[in-house]
Amino acid sequence: MALLELNNVTKHFEVRQGVLQKLQRQPVSLIKAVQSVNLTLGENEVLGIAGESGCGKSTTCLMIAGMLQPSAGEIHFSGKRVDQLLASEQAWYRRQVQMIFQDPYESLNPRFRVLETVAEGPRALKLWPEKEILERSVDMLSSVGLPPAKYAERYPHELSGGERQRVGIASALVMEPRMVVADEPLSMLDVSIRAGILDLLKDLASKRHFSCVYVSHDLSILGHIADRLMIMYLGQAVEMGPTWEVIRNPQHPYTRALINAVPVPDPRVIRPVPTIRGEVSRPINPPPGCRFSPRCPHATTVCQQAFLQLQPDENKPHQTACVRLEELSQTNQLAEASP
Amino acid sequence: MPTSELPQTSAWRRILGEHYRIIMGNRLSAVGFVFIVLFLVVAIFAPWLAPHDPWEMLYDQEGEFASLRPPSWEFPMGTTHLGYDLFSQLILATRTTLLIGAISGGISILIGANIGLIAGYYGGKTDEVLMRFTDVLYGMPFLPFIIVLISLFGRELEFVILAIVLIIWRTSARVIRAQTISIKQRQFIAAARARGCSHLRIIYRHILPNVLPLLLLYAAFNIAWSIITEASASFLGFGDGETISWGGMLYELWLSGKTRVAWWWFTAPSLCIVLLVTSLVFVSRAYEEVANPRLRKR
Amino acid sequence: MTGERLLQVQDLTVRYQTQMGEIHAVSGVTFFVNKNEVFGIAGESGCGKSTLIRALMRLLPDNAKMSAQSIEYEGEELTRLSEAKFREKILWARMSLVPQSAMNSLNPVYRVGDQVVEAIRAPKNVTKSEAREPVTQLFDIVGLQPDLMKNFPHEFSGGMRQRAMIAMSLALDPGLVVMDEPTTGLDVLVQERILRRIREIRSQISSSIILITHDIAVIAEMSDRIAVMYGGQIMEQAPANDLFDTPCHPYTLGLKNAFPSIRNLQQKLISIPGSPPTLLGAPSSCPFLERCPFCVQQCSQRNPENITIQPLHEVRCVRHGEAPLLREKASEKETWRSLN
Ligand SMILES: Nc1ncnc2c1ncn2[C@@H]1O[C@H](COP(=O)(O)OP(=O)(O)OP(=O)(O)O)[C@@H](O)[C@H]1O
Ligand SMILES: Nc1ncnc2c1ncn2[C@@H]1O[C@H](COP(=O)(O)OP(=O)(O)OP(=O)(O)O)[C@@H](O)[C@H]1O
Ligand SMILES: [Mg+2]
Ligand SMILES: [Mg+2]
Repeated sequence: MALLELNNVTKHFEVRQGVLQKLQRQPVSLIKAVQSVNLTLGENEVLGIAGESGCGKSTTCLMIAGMLQPSAGEIHFSGKRVDQLLASEQAWYRRQVQMIFQDPYESLNPRFRVLETVAEGPRALKLWPEKEILERSVDMLSSVGLPPAKYAERYPHELSGGERQRVGIASALVMEPRMVVADEPLSMLDVSIRAGILDLLKDLASKRHFSCVYVSHDLSILGHIADRLMIMYLGQAVEMGPTWEVIRNPQHPYTRALINAVPVPDPRVIRPVPTIRGEVSRPINPPPGCRFSPRCPHATTVCQQAFLQLQPDENKPHQTACVRLEELSQTNQLAEASP
Repeated sequence: MPTSELPQTSAWRRILGEHYRIIMGNRLSAVGFVFIVLFLVVAIFAPWLAPHDPWEMLYDQEGEFASLRPPSWEFPMGTTHLGYDLFSQLILATRTTLLIGAISGGISILIGANIGLIAGYYGGKTDEVLMRFTDVLYGMPFLPFIIVLISLFGRELEFVILAIVLIIWRTSARVIRAQTISIKQRQFIAAARARGCSHLRIIYRHILPNVLPLLLLYAAFNIAWSIITEASASFLGFGDGETISWGGMLYELWLSGKTRVAWWWFTAPSLCIVLLVTSLVFVSRAYEEVANPRLRKR
Repeated sequence: MTGERLLQVQDLTVRYQTQMGEIHAVSGVTFFVNKNEVFGIAGESGCGKSTLIRALMRLLPDNAKMSAQSIEYEGEELTRLSEAKFREKILWARMSLVPQSAMNSLNPVYRVGDQVVEAIRAPKNVTKSEAREPVTQLFDIVGLQPDLMKNFPHEFSGGMRQRAMIAMSLALDPGLVVMDEPTTGLDVLVQERILRRIREIRSQISSSIILITHDIAVIAEMSDRIAVMYGGQIMEQAPANDLFDTPCHPYTLGLKNAFPSIRNLQQKLISIPGSPPTLLGAPSSCPFLERCPFCVQQCSQRNPENITIQPLHEVRCVRHGEAPLLREKASEKETWRSLN
């Protein structure tokens, strides 16, 4: 059975109304930040989530980590409903699931020194005796490439962006969780340090059962660590499948555009200009159909009405939420947009 | 790597060092700090420093009754109409005044901070109830309230302190609540929750250090206010008659009816009040710069 | 691209005072930026990139000490300018910054739109409604809907906040925009769009960009010239094509190896072994020494000086003469493994 399961998880935020609008009793419009997302995550698996800025990645993460209540849908973690945890189960869940936050400048307490930050989680849950907590924290700091002798006593404002990110990672991993929800954890780190931290994650995975939801906008990083990939667009999951397949053989027009836009570390390579038009909007009262349709070069009226919802299915790991997919691949229209 | 390889500095030394830097970083606050320390020393050693009993009728070297003497070598701050030595009175009054200031300032900030933190953090009903309660206190006029309280309970020192505390904590509670609300929304609090910290742990370990500069600022304010309040109450005759305070000295002057003659009697205690309160304000200004970065030099 | 000089920095050094001693976060950095040029600075985490630009913008924290021989901007010597003058005349109006902490540089209690409007209104002395028009355009450039101006920062996603900051930095048409990791947290499409728009703007009004990132791919696409930083120093500096075709410094070679490319997923990444230098104390040897597979005795004796091997191509390495050989060896995994 899957470790984590999301069933039709939806999150809506209300749009702020002005006084005038309130007086006129205009209906509240909703930002449909996440719409009916289904996904599963097995033990020892890394699921990558990618997508445009503002497409609901962080919101999904926060819901999985139990920091935000879904508006609808269910989240199960090893058989328990996460969105309805009892107060007594909170501590248990915190032990199992840890989150790494997106913004390292906001997520570290400015009055805590590095070592205190890392030791705080185990101390709060009294996981080990104090001496062991310190030892483990110190070890964890060295594993993320921050030699404790140099960094343990520093305040966050004395760290560079990448160093802060590593403190955030260390303070999540030191709890030895079964699952980590990582929201852009390595965005400010260069590759050589990334490689070290990815090794660390793999190491943890081999020692204990360890799964990870890994959010990144950087497909080349996801390509190297994720087992499966989910691509989101304005709150909808548009494509899901084994990483390899999705990157090699992207099907959804949005995925294709996304993969085309990844920069290449060579100044001579000129990438094709993306064929999609327009720009991202916010999911305020979106149409019922595919939310990518206004920008999609292949969209027809069908697209505006219908949307395929991805359902986890072991027999069909690679799925695409495009109604016209078959039609398009037959007429070979997609090829012209591929890399 | 063993933990022993970490750089070892004691937590206390670090914290003290930090505060030392805040205070000494600014000339005015450094001066204020020196004065506060001076007053403290005087208060602690008052019985040994005072040359005479404050209520001893004194005679000068020629054997004459020393009534209403201006400052001289013999009586550095002059004497009262009853021949009491004002210098000794002032020294002992320092002790009372500082005691009242420290205790009522301390207790009021303790109450104010806790109420502010809890109301701000939990929000909702808790906040509503606590803040309405504070609002009610806000409706009370300051001095009349004190006077009524003291005349109800009596003029003992404890009740004077109690009355001051009751009226003073409200401002600090409000300010700390506002600060708590803004810190509560920061992501590191969400991060602390994600790590599994309990609510109380978040309040006292994660939020408190972040409101600390503000809290110290208001602690200094509260002490200054208590001193002023006590002086005003004593001056109006609502002080503890048994002990002597700066305000009480002024009250005696008023009673004696010698206000126009005995300028020295008036000067010394008033100067002390002004000096101590300003020193506290200067020191708190230094904290204000830490608490409110916008005040910092741009 | 031989434009006029816009900015010329000579021998910039920044040290942080800490309990453990002095951290030499930037030592002896010399570079220039031409008009209408994108100058990229790449380097690993903690190598001093943000410190360098914070020194340039005079936004260093209190425990930092900075010294420079000269910093010349549009012919004006900035080191002689007082702090107040600099803020009044240069900052934002002629030189603006998208900080690395862009995501939380917005004031949480004001609406985002108002903050950008204020950024335009105050120095230009225009009314609020006059300032609203250009702000709408700016929001458009960075791909944010104008109706988002009414929202508060916490209602933005990370990338949206970052884009709002980018909009703010472009508000006053500054001659130089410094962007510290502008695209972390932005997906490729938005990144692409912003970078394209910046290039467009650049061709209309002449404005230069200093682009700081650890992402070699972004730098490669965007920059005209690139500087590679390591341990507080610029190790190699060259036009983009030269740097990718004929890199000379072992660190640049290692960096190129370690970068994942989406075009080549099977490629095993070769990472540089070891960890970055501590930066405590002034550099007395090559900072890359411990991690360099090609180091020789000379490297530990002194800090190698900057050598111009071609016009515009400068390297700090004693073995710069053997570059072709090093390049060949560096692409083999064995070379890097032999160290640990
Ligand atoms: N508290 C909130 N109130 C209102 N709207 C919100 C709130 N939080 C998020 N949103 C909106 O929900 C949408 C999704 O936001 P989210 O933070 O999940 O995006 P994201 O995928 O993480 O983007 P990024 O890559 O830029 O971080 C955005 O349009 C955002 O404006
Ligand atoms: N206020 C400070 N006090 C002491 N040391 C500091 C301070 N700020 C930064 N440092 C140290 O100086 C070095 C350079 O920091 P800087 O922020 O310039 O790095 P960076 O190149 O921007 O890294 P990143 O890519 O991770 O943001 C780091 O080792 C950091 O720990
Ligand atoms: Mg996000
Ligand atoms: Mg930086």
